[in-house]
Amino acid sequence: MIRFLQNLDRRWIFLAMGLAVAVPILLQLRFPESVGSKARDTFAAIESLPEGSKVLLSFDYDPASEGELQPMANAFVHHAASRGHKLYFMALWPLGSQKVKETVDAILKPHHPSYVEGRDYVLLGFKAGNEGVIKVATTSLPQAYPTVDGGSQFGEVPMLAGISNLSAMDLVVSVSAGYPGTKEWVQYFVSAFPGERLVSGTTGVQAVNFYPYYPKQIVGMLSAIKGAAEYEVLVNEKYPGGDGKPIPLLLEGQRRMGPQLTAHLLMIVLILLGNLVYFVTRGSDARGGRR
Amino acid sequence: MRPRTSLVVMLAGLAGLLLVAWMRPHGMGKAYVRTVEKSFVEAEIAPPIGADADETPTIAWLAADDPRLADGEAKAVAGRAPVGWTEHEPVTATEAWETLAKDPTAPVALSGRDTIGLWFAAFLTLAILSFLLGDNPIYKVAESILIGVSAAYWMTLGFWSTIVPNLLKPLAPGAVREWALPSIPADATTEWTALIPLVLGVMLLWRLAPRGGWIATWPIAFIVGTTAGLKLISFTQADLLAQLSASVVPLWVTAADGTPRIGESIGNLVLVVSLISVLVYFLFSVEHRGIVGGVSRFGVWVLMITFGSAFGFTVMGRITLLAERFGFLFDDWLWLVDPNGNHDPAALANAAAVVSALSGA
Repeated sequence: MIRFLQNLDRRWIFLAMGLAVAVPILLQLRFPESVGSKARDTFAAIESLPEGSKVLLSFDYDPASEGELQPMANAFVHHAASRGHKLYFMALWPLGSQKVKETVDAILKPHHPSYVEGRDYVLLGFKAGNEGVIKVATTSLPQAYPTVDGGSQFGEVPMLAGISNLSAMDLVVSVSAGYPGTKEWVQYFVSAFPGERLVSGTTGVQAVNFYPYYPKQIVGMLSAIKGAAEYEVLVNEKYPGGDGKPIPLLLEGQRRMGPQLTAHLLMIVLILLGNLVYFVTRGSDARGGRR
Repeated sequence: MRPRTSLVVMLAGLAGLLLVAWMRPHGMGKAYVRTVEKSFVEAEIAPPIGADADETPTIAWLAADDPRLADGEAKAVAGRAPVGWTEHEPVTATEAWETLAKDPTAPVALSGRDTIGLWFAAFLTLAILSFLLGDNPIYKVAESILIGVSAAYWMTLGFWSTIVPNLLKPLAPGAVREWALPSIPADATTEWTALIPLVLGVMLLWRLAPRGGWIATWPIAFIVGTTAGLKLISFTQADLLAQLSASVVPLWVTAADGTPRIGESIGNLVLVVSLISVLVYFLFSVEHRGIVGGVSRFGVWVLMITFGSAFGFTVMGRITLLAERFGFLFDDWLWLVDPNGNHDPAALANAAAVVSALSGA
């Protein structure tokens, strides 16, 4: 057995991992989620704002991170729209603008048909310049976005009237996959307006880097798919779809936690087996060496 | 497992899934679109009633069906032709079938272009995954496509999101308005300050010339200087001062009524001890012996826990990416699962005749 494990072809492990991820998806397995404090704080940050507050959502990601970030982006938009907030969408990543449109089409238009573009939400679009865009927008939003997505001039959009810079926002939500993203929002927005509030939804890879910012510089934080699933639970509990059931797209994060469980169990088993093989063979090698 | 065996196992599994998907009554791997005609006219919008007498009309692009045009509140600018195009918005199969069942003449149809795109995306996903079996020509093809498309995409993006709006538009607003961006106001004037980035850009490209490459060092110095200045302030504010402030926490936390908060107190204690021990570990001017050595070793443990946590998060992220790709294959392509109701067989049953007539099935 030890010899078999020692010489196990890595492709068997790939196959096992593939099955561990595929089977829960095919069976559509979901498991209960216990909600942590960061997801609660994120929920509270949007929930505590009075109706009609201005919420800026910055989609700083692309399809490569969609698996982790799209579920939380969907939940952010549904939650904010359910509270009746004004939504300002922007993107620091080129394809973030495309993700904004997809989210608006999938969540805002079908589930919040009363939302009118220009009055209740606006697509500012992508602007090249990375953190420079935030820096300029903290001084002058019209200078950063002289025209919005679709070509209208800044001043022609009713819900942009009277907004001079980012301090007019009641909350900024950064859905971030890397640079530029949450870190730049902390550095150039929170530092410029220390009283302003920032919420972050982030990939697992960079989550650890943002923990020091929580809870003083970032008031709420969703880390990876686990954070998305927890937040979905809170949003679905309070704001289900029209038929009283959760909107299917707002179960995506929870659905992706099924494969997480099985894949993690497999990894734990593999780590234990690997260590077992290592220690057993090290012992026998040492004995062989003494002989 | 030999490479050939693993290839056979993979192909057999894929063929099995394809067979199951193919035999299902509503099929698999089809993409539908809704055709939408877009038309805009440049119009003069009259100032609102009660506005100052000297206020001039606003000029903006309005949708051709904008009620203000019919009401006379806005009128098309003479000599400006309307701008129009056709968009094909993706719709789910369920939405398409339901629409066609209600109205067979609705502008919703099976899209050959998007269907081919869907199958190509599935092929590329499998081609990249095939690297798990070992390097192979199919993987190389997919990798080359990715690199080529990415390079072309970034070049195009750089042109349209930077060169055109940040350089050409301020230098020649009239020409750019006629050529590419009709939303530029007709009265926009030339911003001569844009010549500075133009000159710097030319100097930067000078490094490609056979002689005078040193000229490129000046714009590079400009970039380095401005970036350093920008980063220095932001890092000092957000990552030094704010973090110092956040690290000064009470070690004994009590509620307003004086009740001790044990959990929060322990959390703060761990934060302070971890911070000090890691800082001591990076204190290289003192020999790590005695108390300093002990604290430093504890700092190493704290770092190891942090790295482990980061690795755990990374693993979680990678598994999510795999789950997302499998979700694409099983849901969007093979239609084996339908968590979001995107290809509901009941909807097809209602529209079966219409759909089969339109798709030629």
